[in-house]
Amino acid sequence: MPSLKEQSPLGVYLEHCKKGELAYQVCTDDNKPLFFPRVVAPVTGSANIEWRVSKGLGTVHSTTVVHAAKDQPPHNVALIDVDEGFRLMSRVEDIDPMQVRIGMRVKVRINPGDDKQPPFPVFVPIGGAK
Amino acid sequence: MSGLQRGSVAVVGAAESDLGQVAPHTSPLDMMAQATLRALDDCGLKLSDIDGIFSATSQVRLSSLALAEYFRLKPNYFDGTIIGGSSFMSHVAHAQGAIQAGLCEVALITYGSTQRSVSRAAASPREYNYYETPYKPVLPASAYALAAARHMHEFGTTREQLAEVAVAARKWALMNPVAWEKEPLTVEQVLKSRMVSYPLTVRDCCLVTDGGGAIILTSAARAKTLRKKPVYVLGVGEAIGHFTISNMPNLTVTAAAESGPKAFRMAGLKPTDVDMLSLYDAFTITPILFLEDLGFCPKGEGGRFVSGGSIAPGGKLAVNTSGGGLSYCHPGMYGLLVMIEAIRQVRGECGQRQVRDCEISLAHGNGGVLSSQCTVLFGSDATL
Repeated sequence: MPSLKEQSPLGVYLEHCKKGELAYQVCTDDNKPLFFPRVVAPVTGSANIEWRVSKGLGTVHSTTVVHAAKDQPPHNVALIDVDEGFRLMSRVEDIDPMQVRIGMRVKVRINPGDDKQPPFPVFVPIGGAK
Repeated sequence: MSGLQRGSVAVVGAAESDLGQVAPHTSPLDMMAQATLRALDDCGLKLSDIDGIFSATSQVRLSSLALAEYFRLKPNYFDGTIIGGSSFMSHVAHAQGAIQAGLCEVALITYGSTQRSVSRAAASPREYNYYETPYKPVLPASAYALAAARHMHEFGTTREQLAEVAVAARKWALMNPVAWEKEPLTVEQVLKSRMVSYPLTVRDCCLVTDGGGAIILTSAARAKTLRKKPVYVLGVGEAIGHFTISNMPNLTVTAAAESGPKAFRMAGLKPTDVDMLSLYDAFTITPILFLEDLGFCPKGEGGRFVSGGSIAPGGKLAVNTSGGGLSYCHPGMYGLLVMIEAIRQVRGECGQRQVRDCEISLAHGNGGVLSSQCTVLFGSDATL
């Protein structure tokens, strides 16, 4: 197990994001993917964890449109099932948020973030907006 | 296998604090204290009889300590389990264990919130979570919206069916003198209300009010000596599914599918034995999910089950007779008030909204984002 004095799970994940990659972990005891990144795999309790880079393809599992404030346009929040077998919260961009559909195929794009916000993955419809 | 015994303890006192909006500078502890005094009056016990304190609130970090200081009590047992709105059902299970084990004899479970007065942002500030916060969900609403959207996708549940839950709650609330909402509500009004997180409008979401409550539990033997007819704890079940909505294993099946069977097993009862249900209605989707997961209708049928006024007054099943979190009161973590209505129904104290011959009630608590689920079955002495 790597020392937490040297690296953290989120720290490694963010390094991948900076390279434009969506990373995830696999517990090598049961070969199951896990997400969010951890130092101990759930269920097995194993520290035998490997990092992998996803192909970045996934499917919308559920979707909502958030109406946060009157002066801001509504925005999408979605749960994405990534093809390698893990789920994460994200949003689908380049499309009217009300047109995001459960079952829609999407591809990752890393939002670079800014001084305050570390980079984070968002998704876009495959083949562009319909 | 639980060591808890059906009917070993009973609720002897139950009371709300003042609800709705309280005066400026009222503290959550003031509300707990007011409710505690009313609950003591309800059963005829004194403050000094309390030797177990169970409390949780998002506004006082160490609420059991703060409450002991407020009352200058030195309880033999205390528990600050905080798992969201279902904390108090969990406290009932833990109090039952403590009373059975002789760790305390008279347990106080209490809650207070001034979230309307001080704002939700101040009352329960959200933690930053890298894996969710950047996407700006309005939590908890967006999490429930994701579950609702998935339920609609898988089972054909409609926004109109969600709205039926709010309309039924409103009809019950109109029969509850202390309910926040006083005007009728239609399905069309729910659908046309301000959208919060699609498919949920503001009328699909619980109220934001101040409020609190207290209940007092003791052994079945001691309960018989007190002022009111005891309401026995027949069954309890606690279950945790996840913490964040991203990690909910299945968006349309909650851990109520585990807590419910545990409570029914302990009570030796089945859903058809229940006369009245108090289901935590944080959002209109939640009673639909809980009716399914607790075994009152098959999975996926919840939307159709609540249609046509079937859980409204005069319907086939009495659900949330107080008016619920949607129309009666929702002070942040609403689980204690969920139980108080279920207790009062068994006592026969609910006036115009009283369910006839209510001997067994079910109170179900939900915490976080469908995360923690706790079920309590209450019964009259006729059920022992």
